[in-house]
Amino acid sequence: MSVAVENIPGQFDDLDQSLESQMTLSMGPQHPSTHGVLRLELKLDGELVVKAIPDIGYLHTGMEKLFEYKKYQQGIVITDRMDYLNPLGNNLAYVMAAEKLLDLEIPERAQTIRVLFCELQRIASHMVWLGTSALDLGAMSVFFFCFRQREKILNLIEAASGGRMTPSYFRIGGLMMDLPAGFERRCQQFIEGFPEALDTFETLATGNTIWQSRTQGVGVISREEAIDWGLTGPCLRASNVDLDLRRDNPYSGYETYDFDVPVETDGDVWARYRVRMRELYESHKIIRQALARLKPGPIKADAPKVVLPDRDDMRKHMDSLIHHFLIVAEGFSIPEGEVYHAIEGSKGELGVYMKSDGTPKPSRVHVRGPSFINLQALPVMSEGEMIADVVAIIGSLDIVLGEIDR
Amino acid sequence: MSIITDVIQSTVAVIKGMRRTLAEIPREKWTVQYPDDPITVQPRYRGMHLLHVDENGKEKCVACYLCAAACPSDCIYIEAEDDPRPYEQRVGRDERFAKVYNIDYNRCIFCGFCVEACPKDAITHGYNFEISVYNRSDLLKTKNDLLITKQKQSKNYRVALSSEDVDSEYKEV
Repeated sequence: MSVAVENIPGQFDDLDQSLESQMTLSMGPQHPSTHGVLRLELKLDGELVVKAIPDIGYLHTGMEKLFEYKKYQQGIVITDRMDYLNPLGNNLAYVMAAEKLLDLEIPERAQTIRVLFCELQRIASHMVWLGTSALDLGAMSVFFFCFRQREKILNLIEAASGGRMTPSYFRIGGLMMDLPAGFERRCQQFIEGFPEALDTFETLATGNTIWQSRTQGVGVISREEAIDWGLTGPCLRASNVDLDLRRDNPYSGYETYDFDVPVETDGDVWARYRVRMRELYESHKIIRQALARLKPGPIKADAPKVVLPDRDDMRKHMDSLIHHFLIVAEGFSIPEGEVYHAIEGSKGELGVYMKSDGTPKPSRVHVRGPSFINLQALPVMSEGEMIADVVAIIGSLDIVLGEIDR
Repeated sequence: MSIITDVIQSTVAVIKGMRRTLAEIPREKWTVQYPDDPITVQPRYRGMHLLHVDENGKEKCVACYLCAAACPSDCIYIEAEDDPRPYEQRVGRDERFAKVYNIDYNRCIFCGFCVEACPKDAITHGYNFEISVYNRSDLLKTKNDLLITKQKQSKNYRVALSSEDVDSEYKEV
């Protein structure tokens, strides 16, 4: 079966026909403000963008195919590397999809720790977004303040899991191991120091006239268009759509936490900036509550055929040792079926579709990456804007190319 | 808004920002002058592996292949051998040991699954992350490079002491 090459419409066909007053500019893949290797094909009329086409795929690593060759528990390490700014969110989406198929019940403490770490990771992810998008717009010191806060969070994640950007902390049926001693104290230290950092960001960016004039009224997307293009997360909520999966489709016990969902009406870069800034306050609130309700208890579900036994237990009891050997060497099989589970990642709806054929390896895993879908709206946002504002719009979308290309 | 108010407001914004930035100068520094000053890592940090020995210097590994089976990137290669000699003359603690134990650090992703899988606590992560080499073939580490007795002699190496291995109190960073 072969398809004639000339029958496929070229992606850039209409760009090749140059007009008198228009020029085509290739932005990226090495442009620093593209946050990775994104290439934009811009058709310009003077400084105005007539058309923008994102060209992706430079980071493609075939991760979705790779899932099919790994056992269920081994797939967790692949999810770390998709959205590398929100690895714990990816872990959570993946393990929760598998848990849904297995119908596992996760103990209270593990749920609380998951929520705690997801919110810490959300703050860390937003810190990178704020730092880099401010850097793109010329505000350099914000970047350093943001990365200092992120460093504190990465230290916490490293303390619990051993990895900074690739924690693989969540396991199917629970957690890798319990929190280390003294974690609560260190986490408390962080959340007590964080409001001061938030004040810094408000001073440096929110109250700054230059920042306001660079962002307000730029890259507007209307409510209807935002829904049509499938935007999720902060980008959607900036266009006056009140949707947050943590509240509307709660998982991991999010329904028991008290938090607001920030919504803005304008749909421009400024609105997206405000939504994320207000989310930082909400995440801070959730971390405070999660920390207060951490009670001692089991961190793994009661499913000896799926969850690795406790290490002490494994050394003493023969049946635990046998389960340990079976799980590690052969993996565990998941009943046949397919499932889609979505969580609210730091960038939007992060969904994992998983199909099991009853063997220890998934038959298909598909990831609905929020960055990929959100990037589609870039042409809508940037057409008619100045070329310098495209940089601000990319920054406000908060894309991670590792997730887009997968 | 006239151009004059524009200029004044922008200047005010710059001054405000600079005031915040300059206020940081006397504060505590988080930047580490890395190659000159050492970096501290958390107790659970996943660095280069260590193959452990018991109190008499006998290797703990029994070549059960669980680490190789758990490895998502297939970077562990083991060849097992039986050793029927008495304990005093043996290489390993048990009658079976790994004649060849290679970890290919070209492939290793430091996920910690091998450590979790090991039923004998024979392999753990050390704290060494400075493993870059000039030649890619040097990244294939053999048992000789990985054994804890060999690694203690390396000056660059921060060995994970058993007391602070995991689950201990934090080091202050």
